[in-house]
Amino acid sequence: MTVLRIKNVSKSFGSLVANQDISLTLDKGEVLALLGENGAGKTTLMNILFGHYVADSGEIEVHGKQLPPGATDAAIAAGVGMVHQHFTLADNLTVLDNIILGTQPLTSWRINTTEAKQRLSRLAEDYGIHVEPDKLVADLSVGERQRVEIMKVLYRDARILILDEPTAVLTPQETDQLFKTLSFMVEHGLSIIFISHKLHEILRISNRVTVLRRGQIVGEIATGDADRDILAEMMVGHKVSRPQVKHLTPGAAVIELKNISVEGKRGHKTLLDNVNLRVNSHEIVGLAGVAGNGQAALGNLLSGLQTPSAGTVCFKGEPLTDFSTRRFVKMGIARIPEDRHAVGVVGDMTIWENIINENLREKPLWRFGFLINDKACRKFAAKLIQGFDIRCKNMGMPTKQLSGGNMQKLILARTLQNNPKFILANQPVRGLDEGAIAAVHERLLAAKRKGSGILLISEDLDELLALADKIVVIYHGMLSQPLPVQGISARDIGTMMAGNLGHAATLDKGRSA
Amino acid sequence: MRLELREETNFWLVFLAPIVAIAIALIIASGLIIWTGKPVGEAYFYLLKGAFGSGFAWTETLARATPLILTGLAAAVAFRARFWNIGGEGQLYCGALAATWLGTGMVTLPPVLMIPFLFTAGALAGGLALLLPVYLKTKLKVDEVVTTLLLNFIILLFVNYLLEGPLKDPMSLGWPQAMPIIDQGLLPKLVEKSRLHFGLIVGIASAVMVWVLMRFTIWGYEIRAVGHNPEAAAFAGISINRTVLRVALISGGLAGFAGITEVAGLKGYLTLDLSPGFGYAGIAVAMLANLRPLGVIVSAIFLAGIYVGADTMSRAVNIPNYIADVIVAASVLSVLVSLMLTQYRVRLR
Repeated sequence: MTVLRIKNVSKSFGSLVANQDISLTLDKGEVLALLGENGAGKTTLMNILFGHYVADSGEIEVHGKQLPPGATDAAIAAGVGMVHQHFTLADNLTVLDNIILGTQPLTSWRINTTEAKQRLSRLAEDYGIHVEPDKLVADLSVGERQRVEIMKVLYRDARILILDEPTAVLTPQETDQLFKTLSFMVEHGLSIIFISHKLHEILRISNRVTVLRRGQIVGEIATGDADRDILAEMMVGHKVSRPQVKHLTPGAAVIELKNISVEGKRGHKTLLDNVNLRVNSHEIVGLAGVAGNGQAALGNLLSGLQTPSAGTVCFKGEPLTDFSTRRFVKMGIARIPEDRHAVGVVGDMTIWENIINENLREKPLWRFGFLINDKACRKFAAKLIQGFDIRCKNMGMPTKQLSGGNMQKLILARTLQNNPKFILANQPVRGLDEGAIAAVHERLLAAKRKGSGILLISEDLDELLALADKIVVIYHGMLSQPLPVQGISARDIGTMMAGNLGHAATLDKGRSA
Repeated sequence: MRLELREETNFWLVFLAPIVAIAIALIIASGLIIWTGKPVGEAYFYLLKGAFGSGFAWTETLARATPLILTGLAAAVAFRARFWNIGGEGQLYCGALAATWLGTGMVTLPPVLMIPFLFTAGALAGGLALLLPVYLKTKLKVDEVVTTLLLNFIILLFVNYLLEGPLKDPMSLGWPQAMPIIDQGLLPKLVEKSRLHFGLIVGIASAVMVWVLMRFTIWGYEIRAVGHNPEAAAFAGISINRTVLRVALISGGLAGFAGITEVAGLKGYLTLDLSPGFGYAGIAVAMLANLRPLGVIVSAIFLAGIYVGADTMSRAVNIPNYIADVIVAASVLSVLVSLMLTQYRVRLR
């Protein structure tokens, strides 16, 4: 039985076509995976379905009835529920308040919590989701928050559930838990649209896969007939080659953290707790961890934005005393920031201006001590634009008009151009498409061959396992001991990400025994 | 209705937008003129005539534009770095105070030295007036809009006290005014028997200097980077605090210049009505010019023309000259909207 029918939906933003003539159906009790790269139009399509956006053309039918465009309340009333990629919870309210928010009649004097609680416990029993209604959302872990989001949707009697990249913030174990819940729901007759770009998860959970590329449906396949390579090729449009990683003999230490602690702002918990870490030249150390466990503090520390409250940082054996971004750049520490739009580039300035922004006070880019040498800067920029294959119409256009991949290439060009000894790569491929990911990875591997030591911070375990020589796991500001990547599994890393950092020691022992 | 980002901005659109915007402002203001029952065409004719209709009108307009160019630049430089200096008025008076303190007999130099000396002192005084707000902003994160704005009142009341007390000219027959600037310190007239003085040259030269600063220097680069995206600027190794301090000193200095041109060029002595809000009008000037230094010259002359012309209009057709404020306010609003429309396009659904 078809519960949802999307008919010929098109949507464009300016000249960008986000969705073009998209039609799909969803059956009762089915998990449909929507696969596509970033920017393929998955989220746009779901936002149209949920009434956040109005489609330029096309219509949507739920249970045989047409949905009015742009009306979120109508979508909810028709039984459509959406769990967003970025949670939409109020931190300062309890779980119960968050769940019943918007369901209470405006005209009543008081909130009927007993009835709501009863319903919650009934739902919890039905679907095997456990939430504590009286806890503050601020005190919940990411996995728990996601359960609240799902509960919120179920509470509104959703029959069609849209999950937008639900596993992005979960550990492998939490993902298992989520998948169990999803199977329960399907058994109860709910239908699920599962948006993701992680192939192995799609293969595990879905019945059917619809692939989007550049706003169009490029294929549909029953999950039983698909495998990783088929899906990857459908998603990207060509065969995908993985980078070849060669493990080199590591050289001398380029950066060493010795008993580093970073205190949070007053009243907050410690961000980094007595951390020791060593990155050698010719080596990529991968840092795994659930978002928000101290990666930001470590990133800031190694970018020169943060002075540690205790401990020493040594660069090429010398202890650092001056923690400033300018000093770090000068010494040859390359930094790829986590958020390229907000921190990496000044979007309103031109491409060439952004390329020179770390090398402003170097000859020949400046003259007489205060003037910028336009000609030399443009020459410098032109060389890097060519060398790093940054695709742009001209170097005088505002940087914000670059695509994510080209913006990241710009940052790589700027930061790798003088053969840095140490590279901090903080989420270097987040949000990029496969082509750009390959390019960025290739650059990092080339830098490693040339002798750089690299700290790769990522939330994507596949990326870490593919690229790194060693893996360390961060949890609540503490680091596990480093483990060679050979013989380690995503499951082991997941155990550590969930807080069992000692697991590293047992693994290590098992190996040597 | 929603807004969509334009991918490319059409040159003609950028060129025509402010002109159309000002035409719209005039149409809005004409509503008020009609309300008073006076002929619109005639009113605008006298406004134009009073502002630009004769050699004398031009000298008056340009004399009025002189301090506006400087306070407009002060606002434009600061706003480029997102340092919201609303204290131009106070810094102007600080400059004027410095000129009064040093230029009424304490220091005597030949004019070639005396005039640059006074300008330097005025700029320093204007810049110093921003030190406290900068300190509060960078160390304690106190919003500079509040501190610079409130400092205006403190400075004005302080000037009031000085004019009633220590700085009061004994020859002033009881009026609260300071001793006149000595002859060596007075700015030469540009046109005989007019009020147009050397300050205009200083204003235009300052605009060119600020343009060069913003466009070609490392400081300018840093100011723009900090203004557009302070986080990215800090990440790239630009010191935000240092840049903000620099911007504040430049901005305060330019406003201090305006105090010098008024006290040493136009009036000759300090009174409490030295500036009818030039510091505040400078913000409108900067906004009208889209924070472009050379554009400030044009928008200052436009604003000065409106104010000067409104006096003539008021005398000729008996419309209150407050209409000038309405035209200026409407112009700023419609120019801001039109600037947005050069970047975005409106879509109806």
